[in-house]
Amino acid sequence: MLEQAAHLVVHGEAWTVKELFVLPNEYIYWSIQIVMYPFMTGLVAGAFVLSSLYHVFHVEKLKEIAKFSLVFSFSLLPVAMMPLLLHLQQPFRGINVMMTPHFTSAIAAFGIVFTTYACIVATELWFVYRAYFVTTALELKAKANKGAIDTFRQLLFSVLTLGAWDISKEAQQKDHKACTKMAAIGIPVACFLHGYAGFIFGSVKANALWMTPLMPVIFICSAVVSGIALCILYYVVVQEARKFMARRKLARWAKDPSAPTAEQLEGAKKEEVEITSNYLMYFMIAAITLEILDLIFRGYTQVKSWDILREVIMERDFIKIFVLQYGLGNALPFLMMVLPGRNVRRTTIACALVLFGVFMMRWNVVIGGQAFSLSFAGFMHYHLPIIPHDMETFKEGLFGALTVMTTPFVLFYFLNMIFPAFMVDKEDAQH
Amino acid sequence: MKRRDFLKKTIMVVAGASVPLSALDLVDPKEVLAANPDIHWAFLIDTHKCVGCGFCVKACKTENDIPFDAKVTRTWVERYVYTKDDRRYVDSPDGALYGYTESRIDLGQGNFKEIDPANVGKAFFVPKLCNHCETPPCTQVCPVGATYKTDDGVVLVDRSWCIGCGYCIMACPYGARFFHPVEKVADKCTFCYHRITKGLETACVNACPFGAREMCNIRDINEPTTKIIMNQRVGVLKDEFGTRPQAFYIGLAQEVR
Ligand code: SF4
Ligand code: SF4
Repeated sequence: MLEQAAHLVVHGEAWTVKELFVLPNEYIYWSIQIVMYPFMTGLVAGAFVLSSLYHVFHVEKLKEIAKFSLVFSFSLLPVAMMPLLLHLQQPFRGINVMMTPHFTSAIAAFGIVFTTYACIVATELWFVYRAYFVTTALELKAKANKGAIDTFRQLLFSVLTLGAWDISKEAQQKDHKACTKMAAIGIPVACFLHGYAGFIFGSVKANALWMTPLMPVIFICSAVVSGIALCILYYVVVQEARKFMARRKLARWAKDPSAPTAEQLEGAKKEEVEITSNYLMYFMIAAITLEILDLIFRGYTQVKSWDILREVIMERDFIKIFVLQYGLGNALPFLMMVLPGRNVRRTTIACALVLFGVFMMRWNVVIGGQAFSLSFAGFMHYHLPIIPHDMETFKEGLFGALTVMTTPFVLFYFLNMIFPAFMVDKEDAQH
Repeated sequence: MKRRDFLKKTIMVVAGASVPLSALDLVDPKEVLAANPDIHWAFLIDTHKCVGCGFCVKACKTENDIPFDAKVTRTWVERYVYTKDDRRYVDSPDGALYGYTESRIDLGQGNFKEIDPANVGKAFFVPKLCNHCETPPCTQVCPVGATYKTDDGVVLVDRSWCIGCGYCIMACPYGARFFHPVEKVADKCTFCYHRITKGLETACVNACPFGAREMCNIRDINEPTTKIIMNQRVGVLKDEFGTRPQAFYIGLAQEVR
């Protein structure tokens, strides 16, 4: 045993550097994947709230981006769970949470809330796309000399209709109503999904930085901010790509005579981005106000832990918090959006900065919360593993985080084949 | 014999016959103790007696199979040094596994501080371990119930059920928990549950040459250690978290957290 013990590295040792007096068992246990977890869940919730603006509050102008963000939110869904699984020391036992949920634990609710939420999004999606499934299946059925792919697609879409083939006007109106209802139920559930991610942290009384009832609310607001920002950003990128394809007639859809022209795409993009970014700003104001309020409150009340918190916030993490998060991630993009002469390009850059800001906020909360020792006398620094040399440094390192980040885009690519996020309603096209 | 009497007697005979049988192979002493409401384990640490030799830390690692050189430990000893110019220094190199043989203070990252002995105001050692809290936040947050409290007041981890999320580690205000480097599950002091339920002392109590550590059943007011806890001025760590720790300290300085 001794031989083996000689090079036994304990969990956390690979990336934690201790300074002054830190308790022997203390390490940065919650590392990059736990930063990714609220970040990705936030994107899911935010994208859904954006799509609900159209589906529930009938902001008609957001129709296109709403459909897109709904599909995108669905492709983000599985990714909300990924970081948690990657972070577990016993990932194969993850299912135990469903088998023996322990309801005094905030994490235990995850499975339930998450599943409920997934069902709601799936149902809503189905109502939005049911008519499309039916028409596609019928079209494919009517098609002469089908290839293997077409046969497969016909089968797939037939199954997806779930036997509801009625696409009369009344039936479609019913779909529409059901969809509104699902979206309305979805909003509180989406907020709950993310609010309680904040609760996971806010309820840890041992951690002076996390321990605040504001945490869930702060998390919800910044979740909506990040979700909207990502949708705008991704929407712009995809529209640019579509414009390119429409000009060169590259994709299959672009060859269709009723396909939108590059000019139409540009116009649509401009309008959607314009309106969506207004909503983005409202939520940003709420998020920043709450965060600053929390900070001021701590400074003003100066409880016992403030000494060490102040040192972390004002000195050690000053650049990460005030320069990167508030400056680069909040103030700068906000200015870019409110100053006159805003255009799509400027908004897009602002959105990228906003996303960065929200990521930094998650980082500063999760890593910053572990930067000081429970002894209140020492500090810990986190060094993100970059080059992985074993499974652990891969999972909890840069590449693990990148894997989580890229997955939703891959999923979206495939989901888009089934739920075309940019489908133009036949009716709309005729108008 | 009346029918009622007959039934009564039969039950008694059956019950009587089953006791030795079950004691042989069915009932495990742990369960008997866990079901016994008259037992509640508590720990007493006399900081005046601790000299920082680290025997307890070594004994614990050996007894509980925590790899010797792994930088985590179920129990550790902290050294506090206060200088006359009112500065406070604390260290616990390797959790005091090798004891305190040097006078200089370990500041971490290879830095040390030598303190002039003439400048030392007070200095003392504080052994620490899981407090087996009465209302433990670690069991509260465990999503699968792998961390649980036995009826006789000991907080344990079910190694076969822990998913390794680390929530309990974050929730413990005392830094008592860590991930076992081999088992890859949450780990911490168990009050040597496998020993105390057999009537033995914990490994650390056993190893301490100065009697700085003691265990008792706090429900038995005739036990000498219980008497000390009941009659003397003892303190607990971080009372403000409301965890109601069951590890009591004699001679706790206010600055020890
Ligand atoms: S000291 Fe920590 S690990 Fe031990 S029971 Fe209390 S909270 Fe749990
Ligand atoms: S690490 Fe294990 S014991 Fe601790 S909370 Fe997670 S599942 Fe429970």
